[in-house]
Amino acid sequence: MDFINQIINGLSTGSMYALVAIGYTMVYGIGKMINFAHGEIIMASSYFALVGISSLGLPPVAAIALSVVLTAALGVITEKVAYKPLRGKGSLEVLITAIGVSYLLQNVFYLIFTSSGKTFPDIMPQGSFHLGGLHITYITLITLIISGVCTGVLLFFIHKTKMGKAMRAVSEDAGAAQLMGINVSSTISLAFAIGSGLGAVAGVIYGAKFSLINPYIGAMLGIKAFIAAVLGGIGSIPGAMVGGLMIGVAESLTISYISSDFSDAIVFGILILILLIKPAGLFGKNVREKV
Amino acid sequence: MLLKVKDLNVNYGVIHAIKDVSFEVEEGEIVALIGANGAGKTSTLHAISSLISSKSGEIIFDGKDISKMPAHKIVGLNLAQVPEGRRIFAQLSVEDNLEMGAFLRDDNKIEDDIQHIYSLFPRLEERKKQLAGTLSGGEQQMLAMGRALMSKPKLLLLDEPSMGLSPILVNEIFDIIKTINKEEGVTVLLVEQNASKALKIADKAYVLETGTITVSGKAADVANNSRVKEAYLG
Repeated sequence: MDFINQIINGLSTGSMYALVAIGYTMVYGIGKMINFAHGEIIMASSYFALVGISSLGLPPVAAIALSVVLTAALGVITEKVAYKPLRGKGSLEVLITAIGVSYLLQNVFYLIFTSSGKTFPDIMPQGSFHLGGLHITYITLITLIISGVCTGVLLFFIHKTKMGKAMRAVSEDAGAAQLMGINVSSTISLAFAIGSGLGAVAGVIYGAKFSLINPYIGAMLGIKAFIAAVLGGIGSIPGAMVGGLMIGVAESLTISYISSDFSDAIVFGILILILLIKPAGLFGKNVREKV
Repeated sequence: MLLKVKDLNVNYGVIHAIKDVSFEVEEGEIVALIGANGAGKTSTLHAISSLISSKSGEIIFDGKDISKMPAHKIVGLNLAQVPEGRRIFAQLSVEDNLEMGAFLRDDNKIEDDIQHIYSLFPRLEERKKQLAGTLSGGEQQMLAMGRALMSKPKLLLLDEPSMGLSPILVNEIFDIIKTINKEEGVTVLLVEQNASKALKIADKAYVLETGTITVSGKAADVANNSRVKEAYLG
């Protein structure tokens, strides 16, 4: 029973990673770049929610909505200011810029909020319940539900709506998409907006789960979610979801059965293994050309 | 005059790919642009669609200079391109590909037009729910043409539609091009390496050699030109 319990905890943490990983994978699929500042954008989202609740006195749902909107805007502004001027340049330039954006965001939040952790308000019901032999906290359950709903809405959007189909078209062949009249630039902005907005949901979950946020929380969350995206196959949305869940479960099992000291090492070990065995990731694209 | 290209110059990296190219397409015509590999045929079409930018010259479509217009706006003027190698969206269904062709349209006739495309290409209807990447080469070409027709073009640019297809399919595709032109009233600018087929269905033809137009005239006359006969129809 404990094993199943740890799997459920892992899936819950993993669903948070998945929300972040989707942001990496969408931006990669459409803009063909890795936004290494994604973790910091999510850090910002935690602070936006914190300010909304603690300083503005908003109810949690309104604060989360505010955080999603502000974070989506931050993602779009980052793209316009930092990455758009580099379009057509090499990936090294983009990488260096992304690292610069990361440090900039960390330091801006350090200046405003200082480096000491801020307590994140309890916005989710505390405590836990028993189900059969399982012992599940409300936060675990709510995290799973919120992540599930968000990914469901995202899947509906990209598969059933015209704009969603256009995003997939751009991700496959931006030139052909332009011939259809699709504006590639605004599609990239939309990918940043959606990725950052979903990341904001993860940022709020992070705050609620760990109760303490500081300007550096984005770094580790971001890199773990990036590993999840690579594990699933970067560019693939189902891949990011599965990758996120797998990383969460691997981490949870390591913490309970080996040692919490090893959990990060195991996650990074997974990255090295994928790169060695299946660099394209689990759902990595392997499209064959037909003549 | 539906399309007028005047003194077009295009650089492709360091290569001066298109040198002072001028040609005209009248409404209702099929105009063939023939030439060897690397002569600049695809570059010319890409410059018209703004997928690459031209260095100088004019591209007048329907009275408007479109040479500086961004690519995604051009299809909105009813100028569509079927690119070389089809470039259908392999991960999207056949029907979704057709829907993408109508991306800029917001009228309520889109569903009717999809049905109309199916009547032109019955094989696409049989496969409408399939991922486009699972289609055969000939079906993908039909899908690429159907997708472009969904934008209701006045002028259709076709880049090597017969490339890589079996002789039977090549005939089928050329028949469809004739149908699109005669029955749908779409003007066609056709780029082809298969010069003999292209000259048979075209009204007018231009021969492009290393970025310059060397022969032009009525398709029948171009087909009888001794240089063309020797180089492209041998």
